[in-house]
Amino acid sequence: MALKRTIRLSFLVCLTLAGNAFASVLPEDRSDALYHRYEGGGVLIDGPSLLVRKKVGKSLSMVGNYYLDYVSSASIDVVTTASPYTEEREQWSLGVDYLRGNTTMRVNYVESNESDYAAATTAFSVSQDMFGQLTTLTLGYAYGDDIVGRSDDPTFEREVRRQQYSIGLTQILTKNLITALNIQTTTEEGFLNNPYRSVRYLDSDSARGFSFEPELYPNTRTANAVGIRGRYFLPYRAALEAEYRYFVDTWEIQGHTASLTYIQPYKNFIFETKVRWHGQTGAAFFRDIFPRSEATNFRGRDKELSPLTSYSLRLKGSYKFIDENKGWGMFKKATVSASIDMMHFQYDEFRDITLGGPPGEEPLYTMDAQIIQFFVSFWY
Amino acid sequence: MQKTTSIKLMSILLAAVALSGCSNVEPWVKPYERDRLADPIMALDGDPVSTSYMQHVYESREGARGGEGAAGGGCGCN
Repeated sequence: MALKRTIRLSFLVCLTLAGNAFASVLPEDRSDALYHRYEGGGVLIDGPSLLVRKKVGKSLSMVGNYYLDYVSSASIDVVTTASPYTEEREQWSLGVDYLRGNTTMRVNYVESNESDYAAATTAFSVSQDMFGQLTTLTLGYAYGDDIVGRSDDPTFEREVRRQQYSIGLTQILTKNLITALNIQTTTEEGFLNNPYRSVRYLDSDSARGFSFEPELYPNTRTANAVGIRGRYFLPYRAALEAEYRYFVDTWEIQGHTASLTYIQPYKNFIFETKVRWHGQTGAAFFRDIFPRSEATNFRGRDKELSPLTSYSLRLKGSYKFIDENKGWGMFKKATVSASIDMMHFQYDEFRDITLGGPPGEEPLYTMDAQIIQFFVSFWY
Repeated sequence: MQKTTSIKLMSILLAAVALSGCSNVEPWVKPYERDRLADPIMALDGDPVSTSYMQHVYESREGARGGEGAAGGGCGCN
């Protein structure tokens, strides 16, 4: 107890004393208008996202975001157990950054609504710049409350509570290298299944040899993630970023994610290429097919919980059409950007039952997806 | 158990960073040496609206999440 108090006290004292030589700054005023489009595995999701950030006085910065998904889904989960559907998901958020000395305090509220799911999250964080702005430490906490519904049953309503604790450390190591460490623990409690999804089990009474029953997940989940990244300014004007993330949770999913990004400016253009790899083990209660009905206490067949590997390649280009050295009216700078991410998913246990075959021996499912983004950004 | 380990790890990290603040460390990269770090190509999150969208895409289609910053709720991924 005494040790804890000492640590807490020394932490507060040192945060107060450290690094007053250079002033911290609030994020730049900017607005972004983005169009996004995801297409893959029978699912098409597109829509806009608008972000506006503006300082109010010298110490406050307000940020607002509006985001919309138009979903049209005939995914493998849907075509094998339900009917294709369309729906909308609307999300908005409001945030405030308050700067005092080298400390920035943030509050952010996010609300998301679709016909059968509502989510509200409030996040708090405190960032402290130290050692002449070489180090930034951020502590964060977020609390989320979701309501899960069913479009075919208006009386169905379940709750999910989510808490997230995070520590972030951004460190300038040399005049060419910046690094960041991010540690996050998330706890979830409540109805964590997808209410529409089913598991399949061997059933000799069925003509296909199998039947479906609703999936059943544990009602708690705790997940830990550690991410580290570093961006290096190359001897010529270009940058290289490497990132790695380790994930583990109480459902026994372990994941490794790694990516490499190369950024090359040319005149008013910036080009970016990113390759990303993600591999994970499956949840302990995931089976593509169970030996019988209600075979285990918990049952899941979500393909996201299957052991899987995903690969992605991004190509992105940005063009600066208002230069910061000249400006234009109220705008200091403006860019237009476009990107495409090509993703490939390979599932190690989730099988494609639309292709037929003896139960449990159908070909493994694979999926390709293309993600397109187009956006304009203005700084003022 | 995992949670306890994580809390311990966070406490140690926190204490280490906090205590190191008392040693009056001289910045080893001077402000006038940071022109490269200030270049837009070195921004860790140069396009926040695009970054949060991509995080949402990954989190909806993979079993892992976090460690890269938080994204909004909801799914839209059936």
